[in-house]
Amino acid sequence: MRVLAAMSGGVDSAVAAARAAEAGHDVTGIHLALSRNPASYRSGARGCCTIEDSNDARRAADVIGIPFYVWDLSEEFHAEVVEDFMDSYAAGLTPNPCLRCNEKIKFAAVLDRALALGFDAVATGHYAVLTENPAGLVEMHRSVDAGKDQSYVLGVLDQSQLRHSLFPLGDTPKSQVRAEAAARGLLVADKPDSHDICFVADGDNAGWLREKLGDRAPNDGGAIVDDATGEELGRHEGTYAYTIGQRKGLRIGRPAPDGKPRYVLDIEPVSGTVRVGPREGLAVDGLEADRPRWCDVPLAPTPAGPAVLEGEDVTVQLRAHGAEHRARVVVSGDPAAPTDEHRVDVELLEHASGIAPGQAVVVYAGSRVVGSATITATRRVATRERAGAPA
Amino acid sequence: MSRPSVYLDHAATTPLSPVALEAMTEELAQVGNASSLHASGRRARRVVEESRERIAAALGCRPSEVVLTSGGTEADNLALKGGHAARRSADPSRRRLLVSSVEHHAVLDPAEHLAATGEADLGLLPVDHDGRLDLEALRAELGRGGVSLLSLMWANNEVGTLQPVAEAAALCAEHGVPVHSDAVQALSTQPVDFAASGLDALTVSAHKVGGPIGVGALVARRDLALTPLVHGGGQERDVRSGTLPTPLVAAFAAALEQAVAERETTAARLLGLSTRLVAGLRAAVPDAVLNGPALSATPDAAGRLPGIVHVSFPGCQGDSLLMLLDAAGVECSTGSACSAGVPQPSHVLLAMGRDEAEAKSSLRFSLGRGTTEADVDAAVDAIGPAVERARLASGRGTLRRGAPAQGSTQGSIQDPADRPSDRRAG
Repeated sequence: MRVLAAMSGGVDSAVAAARAAEAGHDVTGIHLALSRNPASYRSGARGCCTIEDSNDARRAADVIGIPFYVWDLSEEFHAEVVEDFMDSYAAGLTPNPCLRCNEKIKFAAVLDRALALGFDAVATGHYAVLTENPAGLVEMHRSVDAGKDQSYVLGVLDQSQLRHSLFPLGDTPKSQVRAEAAARGLLVADKPDSHDICFVADGDNAGWLREKLGDRAPNDGGAIVDDATGEELGRHEGTYAYTIGQRKGLRIGRPAPDGKPRYVLDIEPVSGTVRVGPREGLAVDGLEADRPRWCDVPLAPTPAGPAVLEGEDVTVQLRAHGAEHRARVVVSGDPAAPTDEHRVDVELLEHASGIAPGQAVVVYAGSRVVGSATITATRRVATRERAGAPA
Repeated sequence: MSRPSVYLDHAATTPLSPVALEAMTEELAQVGNASSLHASGRRARRVVEESRERIAAALGCRPSEVVLTSGGTEADNLALKGGHAARRSADPSRRRLLVSSVEHHAVLDPAEHLAATGEADLGLLPVDHDGRLDLEALRAELGRGGVSLLSLMWANNEVGTLQPVAEAAALCAEHGVPVHSDAVQALSTQPVDFAASGLDALTVSAHKVGGPIGVGALVARRDLALTPLVHGGGQERDVRSGTLPTPLVAAFAAALEQAVAERETTAARLLGLSTRLVAGLRAAVPDAVLNGPALSATPDAAGRLPGIVHVSFPGCQGDSLLMLLDAAGVECSTGSACSAGVPQPSHVLLAMGRDEAEAKSSLRFSLGRGTTEADVDAAVDAIGPAVERARLASGRGTLRRGAPAQGSTQGSIQDPADRPSDRRAG
């Protein structure tokens, strides 16, 4: 079949493209230009959006022996990912732009264009496994390399996207992929993995947000208060510089009475108040989420009531490379409404810590990805204990 | 499938002509630095100077006016930076550098560099809907005084529009302003005669006329002062340094001589082929728009190069079309400059008053001496389906991800669902 290989310039997507070509597919490589002004993005070998990365991708395509083009997705990327990132922070949320990019760019704008141009699938270097189940549905599973598993950032993909996706690396440990790149003569074999957010050039999220958001409310400043007493401990210049669970850079003049470090426990988007407290205050035993996306069979309410997913192997993951937490997942709402209008409630049977609204909750049944949703609220154990609610 | 590509990108580079290949291979086997004093050096020098004479004869200039360079870009840089600097040091009040807004980047970028470093005030001259210089705007700019020089291309590399070079040179002469023209696209079909043109400097390049990549020349009047950009041995009139590449120079002379000798036949043949191409494209895609002046019945009356066909396909992205045609074995260009491969809307189309979407919906087919009717017909055959797909691809949100693709899962990646790619061999 005709395969479009998205090549970032890194080792994973290069080997993925090589494997697709070797398997006999008619492969064309593309590099996504996500900025009209690529020099303004990260320089060096750390990101995925620089001129150097584009050249690395081109060289890899030469070595593999496939045609190569650059596709300009800068407008779509800015509208769907960068602006969403800014809006989310402005609303006091902690977004994950990589999930957003997968949902809206790589497996939507790029995939749709590829299908229109006559391709059958898009191949990427993501570490995840796709299989077809007896019902004919494409299931997504965690990769065999638990350390590299990227099913979390793919949890936003639905059946229409997974049907046209290829992840040729899902069955291979990363170390083997590097060795294979070297054996294939791909010069990117030793290139370091990319980290951080590709459009934040120097990795300084807070500085980037300060420049882009300026004093856009509620980032015109606010109070830093003690979560337990409500006492104001200091002032800040913008909530975007804070993430739930953050310990460093709180800029509180005085130590806590007990001498223990304090963490950001909550960010109130409207007032701009940042609540801080001890580490125990971060513990979360439940969360609410909206905009669910289901990978194969939708988990949807019926006229009989909400859908419930529970069991020994039901877990959720709350951040990229984060831990699995056993959970009970309840989906409610109007059975007649589209599934992405349903609400998701997750009871964390194993508590989590430092969870922020805006992050994605990805639901697993064993190794299979069931789907994902965007966290809107968390239930902190400490808050409820203080209020006398049952634990 | 090992069908050879249909090459319709002669404005980018041309196939090496057999006479150039022969001249070059003959020289590659010889030793000798044209600056050396011994017999081998004298032999190389003789080849260079004979080539220079042949180049001069083909261009209507004196051999001493030919400054050999590494190509058109270097020649343009020398004319702009070297010419402007020399004019300013003679008369510091001449700060204004005039260039048309549709110049090649080899002219625009040095001009913008001079402006950015504070060495020049840049005047970008407007063009009309066909991309032709507005002479009244030039007249007004000259009237303001303080102009160092004008650079105006002979023919545009994207849409093929011929510029009123002689008229501009006459206007500039009234104000004592020297004129440079980049003529790399014009040489094989237009009567480029340096002495008759009224120009002070002219850029030529070998690989646009069947010669090798890596050599060109700035033809410059002896009384045009040029500050050198590349210092070293002073090989070329002390204006340009670097060991002269004897094989490239010999091949350049051979190719240019042949191209100029065959100019009229080439122009007539290309006009016929372009007319066929435009008719075919319009039949396949009725709303396709030819950019630049209309094709006329005879090459002389056209106001355009006969070999460049620049067409907008409404509702398409040029880079989608390019990819689809490439896959079908037809090679052309989006005609726009690429920085790091990121497609930018063409500054030429924007200067001609097109909007960004129109500019990005264009393809440039450039025909050359080897182009055949079969090549043209292959492009015409490929364009219809390509435009259909490209329109689907740019219709955001209208496309439904359709029925399951067979074997789209990882489990089946080892089962080629289609014939093996044969493009990997090429």
